[in-house]
Amino acid sequence: MWDYSDKVKEHFFQPRNAGPLADANAVGDVGSISCGDALRLMLKVDPETETIEEAHFQTFGCGSAIASSSALTEIVKGMKLDDALKVSNQDIADYLDGLPPEKMHCSVMGREALQAAIANYRGEEWSDDHEEGALICKCFAIDAVLIEDTVRANNLSTMEDVINYTKAGGGCASCHEGIEEILAKVLAERGETFKAVPVKLDKEAPKPGKLTNLERIRRIEAVLESVRPQLQRDHGDIELVDVDGKTVYVSMTGACAGCQMEALTLQGIQTKLMEELGELIKLVPTRAGSLARATSQP
Amino acid sequence: MEGIYLDNNATTRVDPAVVEAMLPYFTEQFGNPSSLHSFGNKVGLAVKKARMQVQELLGAEHESEIIFTSCGTESDSTAILSALKANPERREIITTVLEHPAILSLYSQLEKEGYTAHYLKVDGKGRVDMDEYKRLLSDKVAVVSVMWANNETGSFFPVLEMAELANAAGVMFHTDAVQAVGKVPIDLKNSKIDMLSLSGHKLHAPKGIGVLYLKRGVRFRPLLRGGHQERGRRAGTENTASIVALGKACEMALAAMEHENTEVRRLRDKLEAGILAKVPHAFVTGDASNRLPNTSNIAFEYIEGEAILLLLNKFGIAASSGSACTSGSLEPSHVMRAMGIPYTAAHGTTRFSLSRYTTEEEIDRVIQVVPEIVAQLRKLSPYWGENGPSAEPEKDFAPVYA
Ligand SMILES: Cc1ncc(COP(=O)(O)O)c(C=O)c1O
Ligand code: FES
Repeated sequence: MWDYSDKVKEHFFQPRNAGPLADANAVGDVGSISCGDALRLMLKVDPETETIEEAHFQTFGCGSAIASSSALTEIVKGMKLDDALKVSNQDIADYLDGLPPEKMHCSVMGREALQAAIANYRGEEWSDDHEEGALICKCFAIDAVLIEDTVRANNLSTMEDVINYTKAGGGCASCHEGIEEILAKVLAERGETFKAVPVKLDKEAPKPGKLTNLERIRRIEAVLESVRPQLQRDHGDIELVDVDGKTVYVSMTGACAGCQMEALTLQGIQTKLMEELGELIKLVPTRAGSLARATSQP
Repeated sequence: MEGIYLDNNATTRVDPAVVEAMLPYFTEQFGNPSSLHSFGNKVGLAVKKARMQVQELLGAEHESEIIFTSCGTESDSTAILSALKANPERREIITTVLEHPAILSLYSQLEKEGYTAHYLKVDGKGRVDMDEYKRLLSDKVAVVSVMWANNETGSFFPVLEMAELANAAGVMFHTDAVQAVGKVPIDLKNSKIDMLSLSGHKLHAPKGIGVLYLKRGVRFRPLLRGGHQERGRRAGTENTASIVALGKACEMALAAMEHENTEVRRLRDKLEAGILAKVPHAFVTGDASNRLPNTSNIAFEYIEGEAILLLLNKFGIAASSGSACTSGSLEPSHVMRAMGIPYTAAHGTTRFSLSRYTTEEEIDRVIQVVPEIVAQLRKLSPYWGENGPSAEPEKDFAPVYA
């Protein structure tokens, strides 16, 4: 049986706000029965204040899908629509004290239903490029589609690249066979062959705490400088804006900004920074909105 | 309450008499059966006795046809890989789409290594097309592997007939009988089955012990080479305590065979009829007239299996499901998809598997609880209206993406 938190169990056994909402004026349907997950979110929005007065759900799905739906309705009740749009799937998972990696897609579905419902209220079309593949890396909940897209977009060719860009494979290493298969496939497409090079896991981190502020900034700049050529090749760029303790603010421009790849790229750079400085670093793009993506990418 | 365990196809409790039989082999009888001194000698005799107990349950002609392994999966891999090594010029392999991952994952790996794998398709009840099978048999085929009974539905494949056909075509035949052994009578000496896998923990012996039956004269290449244990066919010091336990469990299964096929079957039928009488939009999957006596697999439409299991668990009832969510993948069970069970039902399939310990009171309790649980979940489902499924689920619930 899954290792569910008490909060998940509580919301599954006593779901809040379940069932149809008669006077809903915002409805979002996502998922499909073929995937085993389907969610209808129904909101009653006050047109004057754009505040969500009531939220109900109907869900076909497993324990965590039902719990995520229930949590979502509790989270958004009383929120203004614009604030509700900022709710990320991580917020839903956090509200439930976490979800097992295999179940993160349940919270993603919740966020999507919310966006779909708000789009419905505003009379907009909502669509999602949502695509999910088989779960490859259980340590970091990363699926095949994400790995394949990242390998392709960044011209990656080694296991170490994949670990740096996606985190996949950077934990227990038992998913390396699956990752190697993806690498071999994508490399074959570009007419190369995959050669296995030994991966150094658990790298010796540089001694932390000894860096002066100036040294830290120099190192951060050096890391950013090292990834720029790759970004520029994809018609993008990155620039250091500010450093505030453990938070590094950057601005991203060009083709990368806002796209799904941005979150991946940021994650990869963040990992590099952490290795280089030997401390926890949070990399934050200075445009609102992108942060949520960077952290919500499962 | 102790809990109602209806998940015996997943694993079984070790019978207390089996535990008792095995315990001395951890303490006073700790010797190595290969040793010449008296510490080992008695253990060697105990292993021999266990081998004969297995032989009897399987109806094998010779005791030496029994090879002890570490589990059903090892037996499966040993059988298939042996057949390939013994027939290096044959590059095709046959199986069915309903096999356990112990076979399917191995076949898909072998495909990557250049073998051509044929997967026999099945109809809505999980039955293979024998004409398709006959067409595929040729001297290019190294081995056929077909499960005796399916772990999810309990349905049988006609393995005796399929073995005859393979034999006539000069092709080796293996059956994964992990679910069948101990539940239905087996008489290997009068069959053309070359190899058979079984696993102890499905018949009230411990986990981590299995058997590969290898018909005398069938060409064999070991998976593990080393010492001379199991006549050099499976090296590694014997798991003596578990071997003794498996022997005892086989003896007990043989003694209970009649009970399994009368009383256990009656309880299973009662459970199934009781649930179906009270729950609308539910049906039995698989071949109901041709299956294990202990297994019932019911599809509850418009709800999801993991949610059913969680609620059952709250009532102390253990079952299992073919839903995507219980496996951690996004697809419902390959067995249900292969039989063409619609998605509206496949995610809600629930397997109840009984054992000789299952009681009438337990079954009555489950019959009472299941309809409530199903009704409770259907209330949450967007595919379910006031008094039944939405007339047109596709239209009433039209998500933005699928
Ligand atoms: C049909 C079938 N084959 C093989 C196995 C694997 O057996 P073991 O767990 O002993 O490796 C199982 C167990 O789930 C099974 O049901
Ligand atoms: S599963 Fe990928 S590192 Fe552990």
